[in-house]
Amino acid sequence: MTALHITTRINGDPAEFLCDPDETLLDALRGRLGLTGSKEGCGTGDCGACTVSLDGRIVCACLVLAAEAEGREVGTIEGMATGEVLHPLQRAFIDHAALQCGICTPGILVAARDLLARNPDPTDEEVRFWLAGNLCRCTGYDKIIRAVQAAAAEMRGN
Amino acid sequence: MRFLSAESVAQATAALAAEPGIARVLGGGTDLLVQMKSGMVEPALIVDIKRIPGMSEIVAERDGGFRIGAAVSGARLGEHAALRAAWPGVAEAFALIGSTQIQGRCTMAGNVCNASPAGDSVPALVAAGARARIEGPQGAREVEVIEIAAGPGRTTLQKGEIVTAILLPPRGTRAGDAYLRFTPRSEMDIEVASVGVSLTLGADGRIAAARVALGAVGPKVVLCAAAAAALIGTRAEDGALAAVAAAASEAARPIDDKRGTVAFRKATVGVLARRAARIALARAEGTA
Repeated sequence: MTALHITTRINGDPAEFLCDPDETLLDALRGRLGLTGSKEGCGTGDCGACTVSLDGRIVCACLVLAAEAEGREVGTIEGMATGEVLHPLQRAFIDHAALQCGICTPGILVAARDLLARNPDPTDEEVRFWLAGNLCRCTGYDKIIRAVQAAAAEMRGN
Repeated sequence: MRFLSAESVAQATAALAAEPGIARVLGGGTDLLVQMKSGMVEPALIVDIKRIPGMSEIVAERDGGFRIGAAVSGARLGEHAALRAAWPGVAEAFALIGSTQIQGRCTMAGNVCNASPAGDSVPALVAAGARARIEGPQGAREVEVIEIAAGPGRTTLQKGEIVTAILLPPRGTRAGDAYLRFTPRSEMDIEVASVGVSLTLGADGRIAAARVALGAVGPKVVLCAAAAAALIGTRAEDGALAAVAAAASEAARPIDDKRGTVAFRKATVGVLARRAARIALARAEGTA
């Protein structure tokens, strides 16, 4: 296979990499660029552990070809904190113990950030539906919902 | 495998037609990449159609219809207020597919071309009388959406042909549609049975035209003329709805599989037909 040269932007910074034509964006992020925050859970778009944003929409990076990122904007968990300062969602997840093993956490944070950008004051039900594609086998979800709501309240200035 | 990001329909169809091996169109990729990972398909060529101008747009036509480009995602369609208002059943059916992340990528044309008997948007599109625009080496043609699937995983598309848009007809006044499915879970599940209903009221308030389409109860979507006939001329009274349910159950030709039995699917599709007809009627009357 001939390697493809892809030029893209990741978390606002220009990035380029070589990839195989059938390589997923998730494999390129993790294997080529060292951005290992996005996790591979199922690899078939069911679990959401690989959630990233692509041109402003959240997607499963395991179901995107790396070549599709040419000229696009990719957002990953690595772009969430500002230097050493955690995003309110990240702090809320720690404060509310909304994680245990942590595999699902980056994907849930990326998905939750997108939700709050579109809907700053969601109901619990809206949070649950929005995150239905992010599976967590540790928390039972209640703590995740509480953490998202706490971060939402903080971000609204309450 | 080779990857081509096509810049025009002509370039895409020419590449697909010229490929001697297995070639696949990449829209949202939510079925294709899963199939590639499981080894179901090993394409020699993938043609990404998302950068073709117009492919990611929804156009409100002058006659009241809508042209939905083949690369329009579920998320984008869900944000189109005019389309949602005109065809709520179609919009809701498409929105049921997968998670937020899948909605960010999945396309209606892909759902149709994947030719799964359980594709959620297809019964709603068939009920709506939607058509598909197909472009290929021999030029362009239009067919009814129900003509695309030949059976599970197989389509009637010829080599080099691409569905470039789904075309929804003008809705008109005093008309409504609805889509209901049964799944064990409320989210992230595949339908066991489903029904799309679209109907139009006459000046006397009775149903003047109706289409009823059944999903996941046959190798492809079933357009149930008997269920539609049971609605036409009525106000969907209890007796008419019982006849709709019976007709839908009778027309269903499901299989037993891990998601449901033949008997369960036949019973369920009748119940769903009755309920969907009621919702479509309420929407047509403006009371929903």
